[in-house]
Amino acid sequence: MNSDKTIQHSDAATVFNKNVERVNWHDETLWFVREKRDRSAHQIPEWELLRETASQIKFNVLSNIHDYLVEFEENAKKNGVIVHWAADAKEHNEIVHSILKKHEVTQLVKSKSMLTEECHLNDYLADRGVEVIDSDLGEYIVQLRKEPPSHIVLPAIHLKKEDVSETFHEHLGTEKGNIDPQYLTESARQSLRNTFLTRRAALTGVNFAVAETGEFVVCTNEGNADMGAHLADVHIASMGFEKLVPKRKHLGVFLRLLARSATGQPITTFSSHFKKPREGKEMHIVIVDNGRSVQLGRPEFKNSLKCIRCGACMNTCPVYRRSGGHSYHNAVAGPIGSILAPNLDMKKNADLPFASTLCGSCTNVCPVKIDIHDQLYKWRQVLVKEGYTPKSKTIAMKTMTTVLANPTVFEIAGKTGRFMMKNFPMVVNNKLNKWYDNREMPEVPKESFREWYKKNGKANKGKKDE
Amino acid sequence: MSSRESILNKIKQNQPKEINELPDLEPLKAFDGDVVGQYKTVLKGIGGNPVEVNNYEEIIQYIQSNYAIQKRVLTTLPELASIAKLDWKTDDPHSLENVELMVVKAHFGVAENSSLYVTDAIMGQRVATFIPQYLAIIVNKKDILPKMHHAYERIGDLDYGFATFIAGPSKTADIEQSLVLGAHGARSLTVFIVA
Ligand code: SF4
Repeated sequence: MNSDKTIQHSDAATVFNKNVERVNWHDETLWFVREKRDRSAHQIPEWELLRETASQIKFNVLSNIHDYLVEFEENAKKNGVIVHWAADAKEHNEIVHSILKKHEVTQLVKSKSMLTEECHLNDYLADRGVEVIDSDLGEYIVQLRKEPPSHIVLPAIHLKKEDVSETFHEHLGTEKGNIDPQYLTESARQSLRNTFLTRRAALTGVNFAVAETGEFVVCTNEGNADMGAHLADVHIASMGFEKLVPKRKHLGVFLRLLARSATGQPITTFSSHFKKPREGKEMHIVIVDNGRSVQLGRPEFKNSLKCIRCGACMNTCPVYRRSGGHSYHNAVAGPIGSILAPNLDMKKNADLPFASTLCGSCTNVCPVKIDIHDQLYKWRQVLVKEGYTPKSKTIAMKTMTTVLANPTVFEIAGKTGRFMMKNFPMVVNNKLNKWYDNREMPEVPKESFREWYKKNGKANKGKKDE
Repeated sequence: MSSRESILNKIKQNQPKEINELPDLEPLKAFDGDVVGQYKTVLKGIGGNPVEVNNYEEIIQYIQSNYAIQKRVLTTLPELASIAKLDWKTDDPHSLENVELMVVKAHFGVAENSSLYVTDAIMGQRVATFIPQYLAIIVNKKDILPKMHHAYERIGDLDYGFATFIAGPSKTADIEQSLVLGAHGARSLTVFIVA
């Protein structure tokens, strides 16, 4: 991938921040979701024990993934499921395409799968004449608009109903200017119902896969994964290998945490357990690595593989809320995406671990207790050491001590100020940066930044600054 | 080397060496409260409609007065033969496209999230609880369990091809976080709680 083509997070965030009203709205909407999560969590007296238990199960999984995967495969095969292994995105896409080709299918209905976003499956299939329709409403909206999802749980959270209305008017022929969500949802329902009824192949993601039984669980609110899978002849499920849980009973822990952390619901409307294909039909599972085994071998970052993709860390993140999912230029945005992305491509994603205030709110809400902000901090160190931070960062570091000591100097610093804002949003205070306008900000962790600078800023001394 | 072998080899090499025991789930089961009361409260909170009844006669009466039964009504339960058809289980699932109301019975319900557990053995067809416009599920009062841990304890090593927990009607909030009931699945869910 060409890193020059990637717009840096800070630049994209600056663009996103041009429309102040919309940024405020985006920020508040996500905070509202975060508050629903809080209320839901507070209703469970044993919430902390639940998180701790989930975390321990995931640690056990990380230490035993090899054996659990072998067990899962064996059981899935016994259940009549066809199991495939994909080393990377390319192989994943080839496998999916070969299954469709075998069945002479040129139209696929797909429910939410961040993994297929990670693999850019839609583009790959489109190039080969296969039409893909995303059936999750949010994904359907962004797909019609030719945009990627901006959030792993709420794909169209960056859009207002006026935007959706326009898109649907253009593509589905809905009434111009009708912005009623009920009306818009109903039109999508009608249109997608026809899709479900006519597609012979369906692809879903996987939320959890059970080693003990070879079954996998898919959670949706809309019922779109089920509508697709139960009406198709071929069901393909794509999963990253970290989705495993050891036993069926462990699902109880994760299903209690997932929706409460994601949207504050007590559980998703449907938690569907797929074990065997329907009589005479085919079920495939594609187990994908795509860099996960490398991440597993990084002691500082292996914990990121505990993630159950609830999105809570994004909803709570002050930077995500005020920069939008697209500014992260990665399938998974926000704090967790910023840990996963550099593993896939350090050069291209070197900016992401810096798109954080290190306030720690993500770590506090994470249902599987991933030390998210610590890992972001550690990535910064790695990226600096490996020489992946943009050269321009070094000049910023040099000035950093002055800036931290004297904010006024910074505020009037003109060009330097804008430069600092771009590269070190976490130390920029509200007069210059809209991110922080009217916000109740968690304390900026100056200490940790200073420590980091002390260690790493020095490493850059003597190198030529631009 | 196949991708399978190379992936598994890499994992074996890279997975953490420390031993992490699986935690005990028993302490999570603690519950003291009104199971049925909580079930109903949570169900209402997520847009479902709990109806307490004493017998199938009352269920039939409720359905007759609340649904358009001149349209296509299906069930898996012989007790409801007077208002619903039973002979659809081996039909092409696409033919269920025009079903107005589907009535099935759940193995059990879960109070903490108001979900109902059904497997393909009692769904008639897998798509049966997703494709109809409206859905009604019957559950015995004594089969409402407190939490998900109790649910999986009850499921044990039950064999099935497909199973699902259903909590409330299908819904979406993908347009500006406004909740809309009836996304792709049922537009409403009535739960008959049988004494
Ligand atoms: S890192 Fe934690 S909070 Fe963030 S999406 Fe993953 S599980 Fe959820």
